[in-house]
Amino acid sequence: MTGHAPLPFWRRYIFSTDHKIIGLQYILTAAFMAIVAVGLSVLIRLQMAWPQTLWPALERILPRAYEGGVLLPEFYISMVTMHGTIMVFFVISLALVSGIGNFIIPLHVGARDMAYPFLNMLSYWTIVPACLIMLASFFVEGGAAAGGWTSYPPLSALPGALPGSGLGQTLWLLGMALFIASFTMGSLNFLTTILNLRTRGMSLMRMPLTTWTMFVSSVLGILAFPPLTAAAIMLLFDRHGGTSFFLPGGLVVGGQVLPFDGGTPLLFQHLFWFLGHPEVYVLVLPALGIAFDVVATFGRRPVFGYRTTVWSLLVVAVLSMIVWGHHMFTSGMNPYVGEYFSIVTVAITLPFAVIGLNLIASLWRAELRLTTAMLFAIGIISAVGTGGLGGLYLGTAASDIYFHDSVFVVGHFHFMIGVVTSFGIFAALYFWFPKMFGRHMSETLGKVHFWLTIGPVFAAFIAMHYLGLGGALRRVYDPTVYEYIRPLQQMNVWITYALIVAVVAQLVFFVNLVYGMLWGRRAEENPWQGATLEWTTPSPAPHLNWAEPPTVFRGPYQYRVNGTAEGYTPQHVPDRMDQSAAEALRGPPAEPTLAGGPE
Amino acid sequence: MSRLTLAGTIPLDVPQGAGRGAPLPPSGRGLYPMFLMAVLATVTMLFAAFTAALLIRRSGSDWIAIELPAIAWVNGGVIVVSSALLELARRALRSGAASVAPLWLGLAAALGLLFLAGQIVAWRALMAEGVFLPSSPHAAFFYMLSAVHGAHVLGGLGALGWTLRSALRGAYTATMHRGLSHAAVYWHFVGALWIYLLILMRIA
Repeated sequence: MTGHAPLPFWRRYIFSTDHKIIGLQYILTAAFMAIVAVGLSVLIRLQMAWPQTLWPALERILPRAYEGGVLLPEFYISMVTMHGTIMVFFVISLALVSGIGNFIIPLHVGARDMAYPFLNMLSYWTIVPACLIMLASFFVEGGAAAGGWTSYPPLSALPGALPGSGLGQTLWLLGMALFIASFTMGSLNFLTTILNLRTRGMSLMRMPLTTWTMFVSSVLGILAFPPLTAAAIMLLFDRHGGTSFFLPGGLVVGGQVLPFDGGTPLLFQHLFWFLGHPEVYVLVLPALGIAFDVVATFGRRPVFGYRTTVWSLLVVAVLSMIVWGHHMFTSGMNPYVGEYFSIVTVAITLPFAVIGLNLIASLWRAELRLTTAMLFAIGIISAVGTGGLGGLYLGTAASDIYFHDSVFVVGHFHFMIGVVTSFGIFAALYFWFPKMFGRHMSETLGKVHFWLTIGPVFAAFIAMHYLGLGGALRRVYDPTVYEYIRPLQQMNVWITYALIVAVVAQLVFFVNLVYGMLWGRRAEENPWQGATLEWTTPSPAPHLNWAEPPTVFRGPYQYRVNGTAEGYTPQHVPDRMDQSAAEALRGPPAEPTLAGGPE
Repeated sequence: MSRLTLAGTIPLDVPQGAGRGAPLPPSGRGLYPMFLMAVLATVTMLFAAFTAALLIRRSGSDWIAIELPAIAWVNGGVIVVSSALLELARRALRSGAASVAPLWLGLAAALGLLFLAGQIVAWRALMAEGVFLPSSPHAAFFYMLSAVHGAHVLGGLGALGWTLRSALRGAYTATMHRGLSHAAVYWHFVGALWIYLLILMRIA
C-alpha cells in the first residue's frame, strides 16, 4: 500500500472532483442563493401585509426599488419572479438534488466516486456563472426579469413589455440555459453511477430509497428539461431574432402595433409545463426518499413496503410526464383535453398515496428516536399530506378554474416544493452531518430550529389556502385595492409575522451549522447505528470513500433483527455465512479500469 | 481547540492511482453505453420538443412554406457518406487492418467539417434569396434547427477528433475499440437526425 500524494489546496477545495466536496459546494452555493431568495420573500411579505406603508430604511438600502420610500410595482413583480426562480432552480434543486445527491449516491451504492468525476466538477462550475448571471440581472437597466418564474410570453418575449423584460429577461434565459446544462450533466452522472457503479451485491432492490428517488429524479431531469431548453431557445429568437414563435398578431406596446403574427404563447406554456410538472417530482421525491432513510434509522424498524414504494416511484415518474396540462386549465383548452388532464392528475394520487402510507406505516410500532433529523422527516410526512390535499383541488379542472392564479395555489406549492423539500434538505443535513464533517450539530439548537420553523410555515401556508378560498389573487402588488378581499387583509399581516419567525429560525440553523462544523462533538463511524453503506466508512468520509469498497449481502433496512447484539444488521455483514464464503462471493479481483485506458 | 474536517479532503491509504483507475464493480462494464444512451435520450427529447413546436406553429395564419436550398439536401448526402466512412474505419479495425482506420476516420471527420461548411452555404443561399430569420416561421425553424443541429455535430466532431488521435496512437485493436464504436453511434445519430429534420421541414 502506498498512499497517494495529497492534492494541492485548489484541487481539494476549489476544483475538486470528489463527489462529497462537490456536493458540499452545491449546498454552500444553494445556501448563499437562499439568503437572497428568502430576503426577497421578506420584502414581498412586507408589501403584502402593509402595502401603502413608507419604508425609509429600505429606501436607503435599495434606493431604486423603494423610490420615495414606496416599493415600486415593477420591482415588486421582479422580486416575485426572481424569488420563485431562485428558490426552485438555484436553492432547492441545487441543495436537495445536486448537493445531497452528489454527497450520498456513491456512498449509498458503494462507489468510490461518481462515474464521471470531471463532468461532475464541470457541472458545478457551470452553475456558478449561472448564479452570478441571475444575481447580476438585479443590477442591469430595468432590473431583473419580471415575467413570473414561468416567464410566459408575451411579457418575456417583448423587451419593451416591462422594465424587467429587457436585459434582465435575457440574463434570466442565459442563467436558466446554464442551469439546465449543469443539471443535465449532473443527471447523466447520477444515472450512470447508480446503474453502473454499484458495488458487488448491491442490486437495484437493495438500494436505499434516497438513491432510488435520486435515480427517478435524474431520469425525469434528462427527459423533461430538453423541452424547456427548446422553449428558451425559441424565446431568445423571438426576443432578439425578430421571429414570432410565441408572439401572436395584434400586440400593442407603447401605443404601437407590433409586426408579429401567428405565434402562440400557449405553445410556450405547454413546453414550460412539460418540464415544470415533472420538476415538482424531481424536487419532492428525493425529500421523500430521505424521509424513508431517516424514519427507518431512527424508528429502528424496516421500511414498510419497500418494493411497493419503488414501483410507486416509477409510476409517479411516468404519470408526471403526461399531466402538465393541469397547469393550463384556464387557457381555453378543449374541455375533453381538460378532462384527460384531470383524470391522469388525480390518478397520480394513487401511487403517491402508496408512498405516503408506506411512510406512515413505517412509523407504526417504531422505536422512535426523536432526533432533529427524525423530527424533520416526520415534518415531511405531515407537509406532503397537507399540501397534497390541496393538489386534489388544483388537479381537477372544475375546482381549479376557481382557484387558478389565487393565493390558494401559492399556499399549495409552498407546502409541496417549499416545506417538503426544505425539510428534506434539513433532515438530510442533520442526518449526514457527521459523515460530512466528522462532528455532530447541537441537537438542542436543532430542535429549536425545527419547532420554530414548522409552526410558522404551517400556519402561514394553511392561511394562504384560506385567503385563496376567499378569492385573493397571487402576484398582486396591493391586495387592498380589491374591496371584496379587504376583510381578510389582517390574515396577510399574520402570515407575514409567521414567516418572519420562520426566517429568524433559520439563523438558529446557521449558528448550529457553524458551531457543529467547528466545535461539534466528534462523530464516530456509525453514530446513528445505520445499516446502509455510508456508515461503514470513517466520519468524515475520506477521499475515495473506502480502501476496498464493501460487498453487500442484504437490503438497506435490516433493523429489529433478532439474535444480533445491536438489533440490526448492516448491509455489508454476511449472514449465516463463514468468512471464506464471503470471500468467494467477492469473486476474483476485477481487472478493467474505470477511465484509465483509451476509449 | 477547533479544527474543521471535511469529507473528501482526508486522504485514504489506497494504492497509487486508485479512484479514476479503481477497479469497476461487475456492473460497471456497461458504463459508457449507458452514458451514451442517456445523452441520446436527452437530445431526442430536445428535437421532439422542436418537432411538436413546428407542427403546432405551422397551423398559424402567417405560415409560408419556403423552398429548402438544394445544398441542404447535398449536406444530407455528405453526412451519410461520412457515417459510411466511419463504418469502414470500424470494419478495418475488426479485420486487423488497424493502420487503415485513421485514414477512414480522418475522411469521416473531414466530411463532418464539410457538412458544417455546407450548412453555412445553405444559410447564405437563403439570404441571397431574401429569406431571413423573421421572413416566415418556416424560415425561422430552418435557421434555428440547423443551428442547434450544427452544435450537436460540432460535439460529434470533437468525439471523432478524439478517436482519430487514439487511432493514430495505435490505441485501438481488433477487439478493443469501444470509444470509436460509441463515437460512431453518436455520429450516425446526428446524421440520421439531419435527414429526419430535412424531411420534417420539407413536408411542413
